[in-house]
Formats: sequence, structure tokens, C-alpha cells
Amino acid sequence: MVDALRAYVLTAGMWMRASLAYRTSFAMSLLGSFIGSGLDFVAIMIMYSHIDALGGYAVAEVALLYGATSLSLGITDLLVGNVSRVGTNVRNGTVDTLLVRPVPVFLQLAADRFALRRLGRVTQGALVMGWALVALGPVRAAWSPLDWLLLVVMVLAGAGIYGALYALGGAFQFWAQDAAEVQNAFTYGGNTLLQYPPTVFAGELVRGVTLVIPLAFVNWVPAASLLGRDAPLNLPGFTAWLSPLVAVAACCGAALVWRAAVNSYRSTGS
Amino acid sequence: MTAEARPRPAATVYPAVAAGAFRRYATYRVATAAGVLTNTVFGFVLAYVYLALWDQRPQLGGYGPEQAVTFVWIGQAMIGAVALLGGGFQEELQERIRSGDIAVDLYRPVDLQLWWLAHDCGRAAFQLLGRGVGPMLGGAVAFDLHLPTHPLVWLLFLLSVWGAVVVSFAIRYLLALAAFWLLDGSGLLMLGTFLGVFASGMLLPLTVFPGLLGDVVRALPWAAMLQVPADILLERRTGTGVLTGLLFQAAWAVALLTAGRFLQLLATRKVVVQGG
Repeated sequence: MVDALRAYVLTAGMWMRASLAYRTSFAMSLLGSFIGSGLDFVAIMIMYSHIDALGGYAVAEVALLYGATSLSLGITDLLVGNVSRVGTNVRNGTVDTLLVRPVPVFLQLAADRFALRRLGRVTQGALVMGWALVALGPVRAAWSPLDWLLLVVMVLAGAGIYGALYALGGAFQFWAQDAAEVQNAFTYGGNTLLQYPPTVFAGELVRGVTLVIPLAFVNWVPAASLLGRDAPLNLPGFTAWLSPLVAVAACCGAALVWRAAVNSYRSTGS
Repeated sequence: MTAEARPRPAATVYPAVAAGAFRRYATYRVATAAGVLTNTVFGFVLAYVYLALWDQRPQLGGYGPEQAVTFVWIGQAMIGAVALLGGGFQEELQERIRSGDIAVDLYRPVDLQLWWLAHDCGRAAFQLLGRGVGPMLGGAVAFDLHLPTHPLVWLLFLLSVWGAVVVSFAIRYLLALAAFWLLDGSGLLMLGTFLGVFASGMLLPLTVFPGLLGDVVRALPWAAMLQVPADILLERRTGTGVLTGLLFQAAWAVALLTAGRFLQLLATRKVVVQGG
């Protein structure tokens, strides 16, 4: 395990040095990641230039939701984002190379072409989160140390849940190599969903992303507790602390599926 | 000269290129299905957000709630065809410029810009069918959409979508040619895509953008890529409004294609093929 992580850090470090060799190009792609992921917040600000509340949520509350899901997705995308390109490796048969090395395939894929530019999304999410915390004023002032802990747990557990989705999406590509975009529907699509309050969406959709794909635990459920609002589906208050458990369960499930997918790999023919 | 060696007349070359591009993109069926799924998911999310927004402000931006939701689905249906979120020929062209393969392209008895325009039209035709129809049907099943009943409006919409594809192509061609001067043109392509998302209506309908910002984005070429076709289908533009919309697209298409031609001239003068 320690060896595997060491290999991950070494490979990722190598790619970081490689990307930093072309400084202008790196700066531009970092800026690109920052702007690209921040456009959604521009849309939210334009919306709030016309209204005071969306689905009953004020702009600072939506900013907290937005910041939390952006940070979580940003961390996951930075650490394991390249797993979403595994379909190309399967098609080219280059998974062969990964299988003979003494490091888990998942970590090798995650470290391969490690993209430091994705810090742009993390930065952007952190800035919006910071702004939300300032703008929340009296609500935040009343937070106990436990609430601050919940804030941190929310972001980390959210990253775990997104990580499970990345692994599932990657596993699916072992069977359907060109289906890289399927996971975008769940990761980026989920991220867009979670930027807005649950009150905006139809009941069945909220039930689906709470109970089936546990996206609601990325931010909706814990943030509801932080904001002093009813959780989606009127879940009881203690569920705000369930997100780490949900994340662990999701990651375990995803790990099993990933293992089955790697075992089903048959290399390329001819 | 044998029959095979005689160059094909332009009248058949470019349609053949377009047809080839259509078939090429039609090959990736799983990728197309995955794209339809993603666009549909995003369509659902945004449709609910727009409904909440228009619930607070009915008639915002000149649309009723049904028109606003329809705008979402038009956008999702046009993502592939108009390459609103990237995709298309530009990375391939940049790679050919970077590797020097462009020299072979320039030797061919065809025009570089027209070749890629034909290619992009073929690609767009497939993606409008393959990636556009699915999300639109999904949206129409789940939501009350404002769709015109008169076939002429649909025809004008399709004409306007083609205009959107040409303007989109012209912009991406300009950005791709920058690879003649930059070692790595991908950053520029990326910034171009963001500008497109922001200023085409993909982020929010441009009629919702406030004040001066709204006036500016509605006059920029990106408005031709989604806002104008959507307004035609939503019948927010009728009569002379349709005509001015199409003229707006045509004017930008001509201006940008001309700029592309000029840049191509400059670029090909400086091509130095690295030999070995």
C-alpha cells in the first residue's frame, strides 16, 4: 500500500515537473481550468441579478452549495481524473503494460498524465466557498466547532463520492471503450445539479440522487444542516454526518466493480 | 494521364469530403449514445433550474417558462453540431500544423479552408441527427415545450443552425491556424471554447444578460451560434426578425471566413517544413 502510494506520488510528480517545463502553456491551462469551471458561477450571479431567491435559497446559500461541490469535484478530478481516459488504454491494448507493473492499475491510471492545471477548479471552488462563508454572515457566526468540522467532512466525503463515480465510470469503459462521456453525465452533470438547491428539482429526481446515486450526500444533506434548513426528503438531522459512511460504502462498491472490470480485460486481438 | 490521376472537379470533391466526415462520425455509435445521455441529463438539470428562475420572473428575457425550458433543450440538441463545448476538426488541424503534415495538405489541389468547412458541415449534419434529436425528444416527453407547428419555421431554424455551424467553424478555423505561430495552440482553443459557452447563450440566454454586457454579447459572433437559431425556433424572432437574424449570421460568417482566408495566406507564407 505504501509502495503503491509512493509510486503514485513519484509518477504524478514527474508529470507535474513535465507540465511546469512549459510555463506559459501551463499558466494558460491553469487559467483555463479556473475560468472553465467558474463559468457556472457567472451564470448563477446573472440569475441572481434578476431574483433574490432561487428555490427559496439566497445567493450566499447557493454559493455554499456551489463551493462545496466544486471543491469536492475539483479534488477528485485532480487526484484521479485521468481514470476517465481508461477507454483509450483499453482500445489500444496498453492496459497490458499497466498489468505487469507492481502497482495497482487504478493508481497508475490516476497518476498517468497527472494534470496539475486542475488546481484551477479547486481554487475556483475554494474562492466561491470563501465568499459564501463571508456572505453567510449571521448564519455562519452561529456555527459551533462541530459545524466547522461538518464543513470539512462535507468537502472530503464529497470528494470520496465523486471518486467512486470516477471509478465506476472508468470500469464501465472496460466494457464500452467509447463511453467516456457516460460518466460526465454523473460527475459534471451531478456537479451542475448540486450547484442548485434541492428545492428547485422534482421530487423523483431528488429521491433518485439521494437514495440511488448518493449525490445528495456530497453537499445537499450536510449543507442543509449547516444552513439550518430541512434536508432533502426531510431526512432526519443526524444524516448530515452520514456522508463519510456513504462515501466509504460507495468507494467499496466501486472498488469491487473496478476489480471485476480489470479482470474482464482481454487485451486487443490480432 | 490516366482516369484515376485526374483531379475531381470541386463540385464533387467537397460534397465527398462532407459525406466522408458524416460517415466518420457515424462510426462512433457508443460515443454518440453516451453524448445523448449526457446532454439529456444536463437538459433535465438546467430545465428545472430555468423553471425555478422563470417561476420568480415570468417573461424574463422575453421568454415564457415554456420557451425558457425549450431554450435549454435547443442548446443541448445543438451542442454537438455547433461544437459549442469544443470537439470538431480543430485539434486535428492543429496537430497537422504542429507535426508538419500540413505541408502535404497544402500540396493537394483543394482549398484548405473549404476542405475543412466541408468536413465540419458533414460532421455537424451527423451530430445534429445523432446527438440532437435524442435530447430534444427526451425534453419534449418530460416537459411542455414551445415548439412551432408551422414547417416553415422548422426549415428556417435548420437554415439558421447551418449558419451557426459555419460561424462556429470560421471561429475555430481562426483559432486553429494560430498553431502556425504558437508551439501549443490548445490553450487558445480552450479559451475560445469558454468564450463560446459564455457568449452563445449556452450559459444563459443572452437576452437575460444585464445592461451593457447583454448588448455586447448579443452583437458578438457567438450569438449566431445558439441565440439566433433558438429565437427563430421559439418564434421570438418572426417576420423581418428572422431575416435580420439570418443576415446577422451571414455577415459574421463572411467576415470571419474572410479573416480565416487572410490568416491562411499569412500562415502558408511562413510554412517551413522540417526535413530530415
